[in-house]
Amino acid sequence: MNLAEGVQIVSFGILAAAMIGAALGVVLVDSIVYSAFLLGGVFISISGLYVLLNADFVAAAQVLIYVGAINVLILFAIMLVNKGEAFAPIRGRWFRRWGTALVGVGLFALLTTMVLATPWSLAPNSAEAIEYSVVEIGKHFFSDFLLPFELASVLLLMAMVGAIIIARRDVIPEALPPEETQQTAYTLQERPRELVSMVSQSQPTPE
Amino acid sequence: MNSGIDLQGSFIESLQDLGIPAGAAKVLWMPLPMFLVIIGATMGVLVAIWLERKISAAAQQRIGPEYAGPLGVLQPVADGIKLVFKEDVVPTKSDRWLFTLGPILVVIPAFFSYLIIPFGQNLVITDIALGIFIWIVVSSIAPIGLLMSGYASNNKYSLLGGLRAAAQSISYEIPLALAVLAVVLMSNSASTIDIVEQQAGYGILSWNVWRQPVGFLIFWVAALAEAERLPFDLPEAEEELIAGYMTEYSGMKFALFFLGSYVNLVLSALLFAVLYLGGWEFFIPLSRLSDWLGVSETSSWLQIVTASLGITMTLLKAYFLVFLAILLRWTTPRLRIDQLLDLGWKFLLPVSLVNLLLTAGLKLAFPVAFGG
Repeated sequence: MNLAEGVQIVSFGILAAAMIGAALGVVLVDSIVYSAFLLGGVFISISGLYVLLNADFVAAAQVLIYVGAINVLILFAIMLVNKGEAFAPIRGRWFRRWGTALVGVGLFALLTTMVLATPWSLAPNSAEAIEYSVVEIGKHFFSDFLLPFELASVLLLMAMVGAIIIARRDVIPEALPPEETQQTAYTLQERPRELVSMVSQSQPTPE
Repeated sequence: MNSGIDLQGSFIESLQDLGIPAGAAKVLWMPLPMFLVIIGATMGVLVAIWLERKISAAAQQRIGPEYAGPLGVLQPVADGIKLVFKEDVVPTKSDRWLFTLGPILVVIPAFFSYLIIPFGQNLVITDIALGIFIWIVVSSIAPIGLLMSGYASNNKYSLLGGLRAAAQSISYEIPLALAVLAVVLMSNSASTIDIVEQQAGYGILSWNVWRQPVGFLIFWVAALAEAERLPFDLPEAEEELIAGYMTEYSGMKFALFFLGSYVNLVLSALLFAVLYLGGWEFFIPLSRLSDWLGVSETSSWLQIVTASLGITMTLLKAYFLVFLAILLRWTTPRLRIDQLLDLGWKFLLPVSLVNLLLTAGLKLAFPVAFGG
């Protein structure tokens, strides 16, 4: 084993551990803001794995799209909407939890059988590194992957039109009666801080 | 790629002569250019801060820093030392971990992008095929750090500043990437070395400024917005938001934000020089000059002269742009947030799309002039 292989194995271990740890954190951490930040960590670890697989363009696109755009938008939405309200526990919570667990385990089993059933080519140096992966990806997009590529762009266009219609309220007539649409005061979330003078009054200092 | 002075090869060879195996010699070489670039980037920031102080003073008919060193050149160093020795205050009820992590996430991408800045044919840390794309990718991480510090400070001005910074950088990233894409289209490669080589040949006449007159304006506006310089410094607008996301920061963490913003400014100027002003190229093509003078291209002193001239030209072009940015900062008023977003989405985005389309069309029509 030479130096490069050692570096690859060590970085694969670090990336895999970071990814699994961060992904568990996204699900298990209570604070939604922490979850969103950890999600960024998951995406960056995945892009590191792509780099290890010689897929440089995919790795860069992963960071650009998922970290730079999607994760920032998720954080943006959380910070604008987050009111810090306490959620009351709803009835039938155990059913939802077990249902989610069942779906999660089922997905995991499906993916495991897929990984085990696929005949992977495990020979070392099986695929030669492509020097300009962008060129190869472009050729595939305009030949054998043309239909999925164009369908995905149409899907994104539909999503964009839908978002614009939802955002522009003058397009949809207001359904609520006028007395219910009262003005709410918008405040940014800020945890209350005690004033310094009040703190010093409650703890009299010897003079 | 002509065989120039191979610093890496000679360093590894001399270490191998001392009895160190080849792999270990390569490992010993690897940190050297990285440290050199980090130190170089920091020095570049110090020069930019000194320029900012002197030019702002000249714009306001003051003298500016004068006592620290000749013409006050040591003033940025004094600023830095003062910030190092300041108390590191973490406000109560703030989020201690995110508060510390935020500035780090802002600074690291800025330094990381120096990987791809070429100062000469072989004077670059790594010449990867993705090249300029790496800069766009890496700089898109910084808004997460800004949002993080804005949220963790537990201050409404900080949160507003962080949100504004994220909105601004998302909306200006797209015109920036499209302007860069037009240049990449012309040079058939995203590698910074290839982009500069494509502009070589006719000296100043073959630079991309003449072929991308709209593209370079879009790039400059978007780069100023990405670096949060004054016509677009809304995230830290003093009159509205105290200091935006940096309001609660002090000492070294504030210094990291400060360093990050100036590293970004110098980086944008360097990339502008690489993309549109011919990088390390001189005003007249050097190879023809050496032909006229009858000097062989492989003589070592000529290569040393070319390399040092390349570094000087890159820095000269970049600092000319830094000068322009500073002049803009001290002479223009600030935009409003809605004007900023309007400019980004309703003007720059369509114009940059048209620019890309025109470049592609011209490339098909005149492959000689537009890199067929």
